[in-house]
Amino acid sequence: MAEWQSPSRRRFKLDPLWLAGPGIFYLVLLLIVPAAGLMFLSFRDSSGSLSFETYRQMFGAGIYVQVLINTFSIAMQTTIACLLVGYPLAYWLAKMPEKRRRLVMWLVLLPFWMSALLKNFAWMVLLSRRGVLSQILTGMGIGGPVDLLYGRGVVVFAMAHTMLPLAALTMLPTLLSIDLGLARAAKTLGASGGQAFWRIVFPLSMPGVAAAGLLVFISSLGFFITPALLGSPRETVIGQLLITQVQQLLNWQLAGAIAVMLLVVTLAVCLVYDRAFGISAVSGERSDRRSTGLFARIGTVVIASAARVTDILAGVLDVVPGLRRRGWLLDAFCVLVMAMLLVPVLIFLPMAFGSSSFLEFPPRGYSLRWFETYWNSSNWTGATMRSFGIAIVSALLASAMGGIAAFGVARSKSRIGNVAFLLFMLPMIIPNIVIAVALFYLFAQIGLIATDAGIALGHTLTALPVVFVIILTTFKNYDWRLDQAAATLGATRMGTVRKVTWPIVKGSVVAAFLFGFLHSFEELTIALFVGGGVRQTLPKQMWDDVLLQVSPTLAAASVIILAVVTVVFVAAERARPR
Amino acid sequence: MPSQSQFSPQAGISPKLSVRGIRKDYGATTVLHALDLNVHSGELLTLLGPSGSGKTTLLQIICGLVEPTSGRLFIDGRDETSLPVNQRDIGVVFQNYALFPHLTVKENIAFPLQMRRLPATEIDKRVAEVLDMVNLGHTADRLPKALSGGQQQRVALARCLVYRPSVILMDEPLGALDRKLRESMQIEIKRIHRETGATIIFVTHDQEEALALSDRICLMNDGVIAQVGTPQEIYEAPANRFSAEFIGLSNIFDGDIADGMLRSADGNIPAVAGMQAGDGLMVRPEHIALTDPAQGFLSGTVTETVYAGADTRLLVALESGKSIIVRQAAGFPIAPIGSSVGLTWQSSAIRIVR
Repeated sequence: MAEWQSPSRRRFKLDPLWLAGPGIFYLVLLLIVPAAGLMFLSFRDSSGSLSFETYRQMFGAGIYVQVLINTFSIAMQTTIACLLVGYPLAYWLAKMPEKRRRLVMWLVLLPFWMSALLKNFAWMVLLSRRGVLSQILTGMGIGGPVDLLYGRGVVVFAMAHTMLPLAALTMLPTLLSIDLGLARAAKTLGASGGQAFWRIVFPLSMPGVAAAGLLVFISSLGFFITPALLGSPRETVIGQLLITQVQQLLNWQLAGAIAVMLLVVTLAVCLVYDRAFGISAVSGERSDRRSTGLFARIGTVVIASAARVTDILAGVLDVVPGLRRRGWLLDAFCVLVMAMLLVPVLIFLPMAFGSSSFLEFPPRGYSLRWFETYWNSSNWTGATMRSFGIAIVSALLASAMGGIAAFGVARSKSRIGNVAFLLFMLPMIIPNIVIAVALFYLFAQIGLIATDAGIALGHTLTALPVVFVIILTTFKNYDWRLDQAAATLGATRMGTVRKVTWPIVKGSVVAAFLFGFLHSFEELTIALFVGGGVRQTLPKQMWDDVLLQVSPTLAAASVIILAVVTVVFVAAERARPR
Repeated sequence: MPSQSQFSPQAGISPKLSVRGIRKDYGATTVLHALDLNVHSGELLTLLGPSGSGKTTLLQIICGLVEPTSGRLFIDGRDETSLPVNQRDIGVVFQNYALFPHLTVKENIAFPLQMRRLPATEIDKRVAEVLDMVNLGHTADRLPKALSGGQQQRVALARCLVYRPSVILMDEPLGALDRKLRESMQIEIKRIHRETGATIIFVTHDQEEALALSDRICLMNDGVIAQVGTPQEIYEAPANRFSAEFIGLSNIFDGDIADGMLRSADGNIPAVAGMQAGDGLMVRPEHIALTDPAQGFLSGTVTETVYAGADTRLLVALESGKSIIVRQAAGFPIAPIGSSVGLTWQSSAIRIVR
């Protein structure tokens, strides 16, 4: 049965893709032009002529090389940790009955939207010399106060903790799309549980695993919060280097060179990924290519041996009483992981209501004094108000541009639609720190540094992909025959949009707006650069305070952020149609 | 081709809907070749054909979602070729029903009336009437997703009937229903058609459905009309090979004609007057009788029997390997597999196909 085509009334009809125009213009102006300018600058010396001096400097000085090595190895370790822990979690979620999964998903999505700053601050408090863990260990008589902070281990741990929801949520769609009947079929064909998993489910889930790895790795490259808060100087990464070089020394050449390098690596990783799986797999679509060659052969060997090992292990475990049925092992593991995701965040609640003058857990008395301090400080309230204002403006701008662009891309039959899609995804693919530096470079020339408008424009840029993808998914799933039906029933074009299209998509547009709001409300990197230390947003105010001194006011501020995020997140999830 | 069986009960009255020389190209491919078709007031006409035959494109042109490359479309004598879809007085029942998911049954049905700015009291009255007609009064305040497939189908139909369009188009509306439900919906559509006197154009690829429902069938193939006629005409007097093979089961014999006989690879068969070179002879399975191998026009071996209650279908392999289908009514002994049989038929049962 042939598909109903869209009305082709006029012969020369503009492709709906033109609706993406404003968004594309915005992306080019605020992202591509300044990023290109910055790169251009890195190939110039101070007199302005072509030179590779900057690169010679960068790769010549041991300190820079060490920072690069730190960055890549930490990103790699974080990615591996996220995949190893995230895969069982995603698998566990995928296997659940749908009703229960919807409930449990809340517990994964909430930490996903919780700002990285908050999560890392929590670990800082929990793992410090006077922190909970140290107290417990002391109480058990194991040594004196232990300092668990400031080392490679804790940096990778906390970073993986920050990125884990991203990894699990990226893998989930692929795992959900795998027909669980396939594993059952494999078992009827004689496969053991382990064999069925490794030979059937695991290979089918590879695109999701790779997508998660890609996203976590790219996000980790520009990430500086964890190394700055929990690491020692030996864990210095590119992000921190950029902050000092740009903010204090205004060394644009070096900033440009670092940005170039991050971009090249990011693009290379994306390209390898595209060759192996097709970039569309990031959004959960399955490619119909079957890979052959070296990778495939290695893969087959790995899978075969993994299956063998699992079988042997299963044989051993079968002997142990109580382990014949092992389903609960996965349950236990995942419940533990979810607890790890939530507990550090929830720990703020009692601490913020404590009465002592430093952060302790459990708190000794209860009082509201730290909320009063927060409330009476014009720094904190001003930052809070500014964050609200900026978040509303950026979410509005991003929803307007991203929304009509999503409509255009969904309706377009043109092949350029794919290019437009990738363009809108760019702010998500390019490391945040590069965007922030590029914006700083652009805004410095047009006087937007240290303005609220500058921060809002920057947040609009990074909120665009979030908003765009949510609305695009809605329009892609939208049944356009409803519009045709409305037309045959006598509705005008405007009438159709007003009475049919809009009421159906309204929920997800509202959700997109709220997620855009959340994105801006918690954003630190751009606020750090563009705010210029003058225009403090809430996360920036927290950042400065954390670096200066950890006080209970921070816990109070965290609780307020937590409350706002939870309320907005719940509202967004409810608005979103299922 | 079109002239021979253009059955028109209201000869002399201008047709309700008239397709004149309508053609549709997509780039270099022509999906419709200059079609002519008249639909009479109050009739139920089926567009029947395999997928890709152009029936859906024709339907889309009629309702105004696609503009033809050339040709004109007249409704009630007015040229409506270029009229926007929302100004045509046409109702469409979509294949997937296209019920608005955010509106209740009542609101869905009221939608076309609201678009026509009818007073609220009139809307209420007509919605209640039509809900009664499709026996769905009790579901008025439910959302479409709370209804069964058959109920959704009836809501879609009611949404169309409520504003009394001059023509109702149905695009494979029963395709998503199971067999039992489909049959009861066919009866429902026939009843509503009779009660309302609406003009209905019904698209389907299911020949049984077309035979059961239609006043007339327009059989399409490769963007041309193969034959237009009543179900009986099309089944009993197929105009060409395509009609003969698409509708029902048929056995077609080819060969040279000499001395009043068709010389086929399996033997000589008495020819019919008016046959030309290249013509074939068609016999329906139910018109073939089994006899002694020596007495039939042709003989062969039974290779398969398929019991179907009211009748039994036999496959008979001829010498050349050609397979013939024979249908035996219940009550006769069934020839066992492997037995040799002769095939014979009345000369009146034979049709020429070209």
